Amino acid sequence: MSQITQMAPSLEVVAMTMRFGAFTALEDASMKVHRGAFHALLGENGAGKSTLVKCVIGYQKPTVGDVLLNNKEVIFESTKDAHAHGIGMVYQHFTLVQNMTVAENLVLVRDRVPAVIDWKSEHKALELFMDRMPFRVPVRAPVSSLAAGEKQKLEILKQLYLGRRLLFLDEPTSVLTPSEADEVLGLLHAMTRKQELTVLIITHKFREVNAFCDEVSVLRRGKLVGGGLVKDLSTDEMAKMMVGAEPLRKPAPRADVPAKAPRVVLKGIHALDDTGAQALRDITLAVSPGEIVGIAGVSGNGQSELVEVLAGQRHAVSGTIVIDGEPYTPTREMIRKKRVNILPEVPLDNACVPGMSVSENMALRDFDVPPIRKPGGLVSKRALRDKADRLILRFGVKTPSPTSAIRVLSGGNVQRAVLARELSEPSNVLVAANPCFGLDFSASADIRAQIVDARNSGTAVLLVSEDLDELLELSDRLCVMFDGAIVHETKPGATDTITIGRYMAGSLSDRASAHPDAAE
Amino acid sequence: MSEDLGLWGIPIAMLGGMIRVSTPYMFVSLGETITEKSGRINLGLEGTLLIGAVSAYGVSYKTGSPWLGVLAAGGCGIVLGIVHAWLCSRPRVSDIAVGIAMMLFGMGLSFFVGKPLIQPEAPQLPAIELASFSEIPAVREALRVNPLFLLGIALAFFLRWAFAATRIGLVLRMAGESKDAARALGYSVERVRMLATMAGGFLSGIGGSFLSLYYPGIWNEGLSSGQGLIAVALVIFARWNPMYCFYASLLYGAAGSLGTALQSAGVDVSPHLLNAAPAALTLAIMIATCSRDRALVGAPRELTVGA
Repeated sequence: MSQITQMAPSLEVVAMTMRFGAFTALEDASMKVHRGAFHALLGENGAGKSTLVKCVIGYQKPTVGDVLLNNKEVIFESTKDAHAHGIGMVYQHFTLVQNMTVAENLVLVRDRVPAVIDWKSEHKALELFMDRMPFRVPVRAPVSSLAAGEKQKLEILKQLYLGRRLLFLDEPTSVLTPSEADEVLGLLHAMTRKQELTVLIITHKFREVNAFCDEVSVLRRGKLVGGGLVKDLSTDEMAKMMVGAEPLRKPAPRADVPAKAPRVVLKGIHALDDTGAQALRDITLAVSPGEIVGIAGVSGNGQSELVEVLAGQRHAVSGTIVIDGEPYTPTREMIRKKRVNILPEVPLDNACVPGMSVSENMALRDFDVPPIRKPGGLVSKRALRDKADRLILRFGVKTPSPTSAIRVLSGGNVQRAVLARELSEPSNVLVAANPCFGLDFSASADIRAQIVDARNSGTAVLLVSEDLDELLELSDRLCVMFDGAIVHETKPGATDTITIGRYMAGSLSDRASAHPDAAE
Repeated sequence: MSEDLGLWGIPIAMLGGMIRVSTPYMFVSLGETITEKSGRINLGLEGTLLIGAVSAYGVSYKTGSPWLGVLAAGGCGIVLGIVHAWLCSRPRVSDIAVGIAMMLFGMGLSFFVGKPLIQPEAPQLPAIELASFSEIPAVREALRVNPLFLLGIALAFFLRWAFAATRIGLVLRMAGESKDAARALGYSVERVRMLATMAGGFLSGIGGSFLSLYYPGIWNEGLSSGQGLIAVALVIFARWNPMYCFYASLLYGAAGSLGTALQSAGVDVSPHLLNAAPAALTLAIMIATCSRDRALVGAPRELTVGA
């Protein structure tokens, strides 16, 4: 059990280097995290942040380098050794067992689980533990019934329950609303002020760095390129350290597109999720040519079901989709006729055949029509290859060769390859879901520019994203989804993240008063 | 024999049939529940059931002790469980394919070693008279139960408790819900699944011994008539809940005894048609519970039949 009285440790990393064969993931990195500090580790994807953390917690053995805890050298052969020293890790993705209760999850992670568990006394002890904690979650609830914010709190509670005093947090707020994030980080911050906890947080969000962190270290391409006290650094300076001198592709200038009649109109869409619960409630929405409509919301509020309904992967219980005045059902013929294109989230799983080549994956939309289809139903290898060569060049897809399996590509390049396929012909309607999730700055800037390009050339774009900053940057109009319904519609210029966050959390809603035909 | 009871004879005969026929379903489905909770599916239990039946019959015949036969059946079930678990733990092996192979292997092997056992009569398991007070022979007959039936009920209650309140139960469920979570806590998922598959095999073997040593109490090649397969399907309808497994087994027992019950009451229906009742029930439940929009509730997330 946890001993709140125990002091938080300090941590020092000395000259740490990690090589994988010829590749150096981390080179001569040294940093110090003070006792009771709230320290941020910044860097793009692949900069070496997770390698550094994995080496410290004993998940990997560094090629060279030492770890000092409270100024004493420690050697961790495994994560167990690190745990024994009170070091814990909270991952970006939940490690909870979904079909078990909060209490079961907490009891299971203990070092010693009794052979027969006396639930009455365990529940009592857990309630007492929750009373001593800065936040609490219902002990008897199944984890699957908790909201994302509560799950993240439980992940942190689990570490505190185990008496961990040095926490590594890996993008802990990526699934939270801004206000939930503030709450969780604020409470941890308070614990660090009392020297009960030392925190090292990996994050991309400068807002959080500025609000909660004391100190920052920045990694780029495996090297520690800078750092210092947050109060001495501006956001621009930190961003520059992260990205280096590489110029980012600026979003294409937004062409003024004259307002036109809506191209896609959704009316009263209702749909169920996989458990049979209502996932979409009366979704009514219109998107015009040359317009990006953003859909904001905490993940799990119906956004993925909405994309699936538009993609033809989920059946709508009621409601209609009309495109260019004609009722639309997502069959292959209709998709082709109306030129509807989808960039779903995690495209490697949802829009690719991972084992097929890049060129084959790029032809999934049109391998059955000329020129790729030859008379007699055969596929023209040459046409397939020509098309892939053209798209790879035009969209800058980095692939060993067009015949490599698409699963060997990096996340950003899979994203580019699928976007290339979807935008290879002029598109009428583009639905994109979290298009930049997991991509670094430069890849994200590139994908966003492609989306704006499509808008400028007259595509109606529906952009579903969990990244508010992305939505505020790209959208012409912004809708907020909560609990399967659109609860708010606004223009990006006319609002701020805190207001939108309150709609995302369901504490505000336009639905009762001004309703449903927001789109008309 | 029960003409004097009129139509009352049918429910009484069905009650008796339910108690007799449900026992193998109970053992196999509870065993499969343990295996599936650990995140592995064993479709080979039809084969285990037959191996259990033939080994129990053989051992009982040779030693004269039916209870030794029951133990031998459980032991053979463990061995088949080990083979299944070991094959499934190899890389790129599908537990569905191994299960089907193991089912065919078990059936073939039991027919092969069982050839000389079709004629001789082995000592049978004893029964407990629960209704010795009754004057009506049909009631006495219906409530004559085998100790294994009572053991099966106790097992269902025990498993419900063990899944919720023992370390072994929680670790088993965790292995079936999230391999990564279990590994992160230092448990060997393969070991948990090996033990769970062995436990499933043990119980299925015992289920088989009931077939050959109590009801119908003979050995022949058509003995199990797919009960092992139906019991595996039953685990899915029962949503991996041991108590629901128990109720569903009783339901299947009742359906399975419909034919004999109607015959004993003098209703003339083709027995072959009525013997199809459990299969028809399986189809009916599947159609009633399936959905194109919904995933299965309660399915262990590591299981290949899940969502």
